[in-house]
Amino acid sequence: MNRIEEKLAIHASSGKEPKKLLSIYFTAGYPELDDTVSVIKKLEASGVDMIEIGLPFSDPLADGPTIQDSSTQALNNGMTTEKLFEQLSSIRKEVEIPLLIMGYFNPMLQYGIEEFCQKCAETGIDGLIIPDLPVDVFHREYMEIFDKHGLYNVFLITPQTSDERIKYIDSISKGFIYMVSSASTTGAKNSFGTQQDEYFERIKNLELDTPQIVGFGISNYDTFLKATAHANGAIVGSAFVKFLKENSISKIPEFINQIKEPSHLSES
Amino acid sequence: MKKTYHADEKGYYGNFGGSFVPEMLYPNMETLQNSYLEIMNEPSFKEEFNALLKDYVGRPSPLYFAKRLSSKYGTRIYLKREDLNHTGAHKINNTIGQILLAKRLGKKRIIAETGAGQHGVATATVCALAGMECTVYMGEIDIARQAPNVARMKMLGATVVAATSGSKTLKDATNEAIRAWINDPVEIHYIIGSVVGFHPYPDMVARFQSVISEEMKWQLMEKEGTENPDYVIACVGGGSNAAGAFYHYLDREDVKLVAVEASGKGVDSGESAATSVLGKEGIIHGSKTLLMQTEDGQIIEPYSISAGLDYPGVGPQHAYLFTSGRAEFLNATDDEAMKAGLELSELEGIIPAIETSHALAVLSKMKFKKDDIVVVNLSGRGDKDLSTYINYFNL
Repeated sequence: MNRIEEKLAIHASSGKEPKKLLSIYFTAGYPELDDTVSVIKKLEASGVDMIEIGLPFSDPLADGPTIQDSSTQALNNGMTTEKLFEQLSSIRKEVEIPLLIMGYFNPMLQYGIEEFCQKCAETGIDGLIIPDLPVDVFHREYMEIFDKHGLYNVFLITPQTSDERIKYIDSISKGFIYMVSSASTTGAKNSFGTQQDEYFERIKNLELDTPQIVGFGISNYDTFLKATAHANGAIVGSAFVKFLKENSISKIPEFINQIKEPSHLSES
Repeated sequence: MKKTYHADEKGYYGNFGGSFVPEMLYPNMETLQNSYLEIMNEPSFKEEFNALLKDYVGRPSPLYFAKRLSSKYGTRIYLKREDLNHTGAHKINNTIGQILLAKRLGKKRIIAETGAGQHGVATATVCALAGMECTVYMGEIDIARQAPNVARMKMLGATVVAATSGSKTLKDATNEAIRAWINDPVEIHYIIGSVVGFHPYPDMVARFQSVISEEMKWQLMEKEGTENPDYVIACVGGGSNAAGAFYHYLDREDVKLVAVEASGKGVDSGESAATSVLGKEGIIHGSKTLLMQTEDGQIIEPYSISAGLDYPGVGPQHAYLFTSGRAEFLNATDDEAMKAGLELSELEGIIPAIETSHALAVLSKMKFKKDDIVVVNLSGRGDKDLSTYINYFNL
């Protein structure tokens, strides 16, 4: 059992109402090259349950302009794969929550998949999210390597993914399934409609073995609640990256509070 | 087993190709993979496709014996006149095929990327023909250097969207098109303009373009009494005109295939698009191929004076033709290409697209025998490039 499963298990057994997990995505080396570790520490201190560290890529196909711009800036800051591992080399002395790396396949391929996985294991990374590594290619060529290093690979599903395929993904998934809320790139939408409700309901009825965490389109308390009504947690990405662009790291607790416990509730 | 240079079932050419597509596009990919050959083989599809190629595109395109050019290079040079196609380049062969496919798939909207604008114009044209909504993504820099094609697309009813990310050229236009598709995968069909992208695009586009070498075979038989030339020469950015010109000769090893890349200001200048020299194996736009990239796997922004050739990769089939040695890869600089373009204009009265001029530029670098039959695929005409020619030669 790695930290992702532990975290989900603790949440699932927390009283009558299972606690919903909040995961935050941010781009490594952004806004400044050496901010990576400070952001991670501040996020944990603010009560975030899990963190996705974005490995910047020049051509992030599944991302919208907010995350692409942050990647461009991180690369201009001098961020590299090697640099990220350096920055994270003693992260496990400071942070306990699950950490994942989210990135595109080509930089990992150039680093060497075996080497990359080994480095993740040494660093204490629990999982990877690679949007452009298809499930079947992973299954055929890379699953053994990931297993050897105790690393979980998290797969995406979308409203267009068939039930049959979702069950296949469920069968080889560990940790959680990343439920993309709608057909979109990151940061494209910031509300949920009836289509999402039907989709969330459909997935719930499939009674999957792997927990589901919803991503894309979550930016505040309202969307967090809706996303987690039928799932085990939710991921905030673009909204947080935008926040980092405009605010200092010291203000991160305010951002996290307005998603988990917004002031209008505590005031009433 | 006999070696083949065509795609296998999973879309691989040797180690290259495949489908590295985000899950958001998986259903589209699966549908295309499962249906493209079936649709292309339907008699009604073939009939409609061939009729449009004949009466709308103006095929067969002539195979012209270039007497003065031949005399200059001491050999027998033929030009396959794709520049005489409707819309001025080979691109229309593929867009006609894909629009018919999109209709059969029940799609409502078409998107496309374009570099030089030739594919954008060809896509806008077939969308007008089919009454489909069309959006073309084009790099901001390319919009500036290909103004006539932008105007043509607009006249044809297409929306031209500027790609402002990255290098603001072809690769970024492709990124933006893929993003648009992710945001509406159900209604949209993406007409990719080259033999790039995930399976089945490289194979599908090559098949639509294979009409070029199919015609070359019977045209050469008529003119020379043989189907097979000694050389086929074509320029390569992504590589669709080359894929079409090579297609029926891939397994005829006695026909030498020559692919010409754009080396920009020189292969070692840092401003180049010569992928076979500068690239290594990597993944771009859903396909494993040769790719210009940093050690860290970040894609390098390519450069060429021709907007259609400044792509940081090549199609996976070309990557395989290069590494297997089946095709010879040469390159031409901006200067060499511009001079070759002017030379063809003066010797034969044909102003070629700057992309095509790169293919012509290697004639002076090769050694031919007097009786060699050389076919240069004249992929497009130069009207769209007039302002570049004007600026370059101070005309």
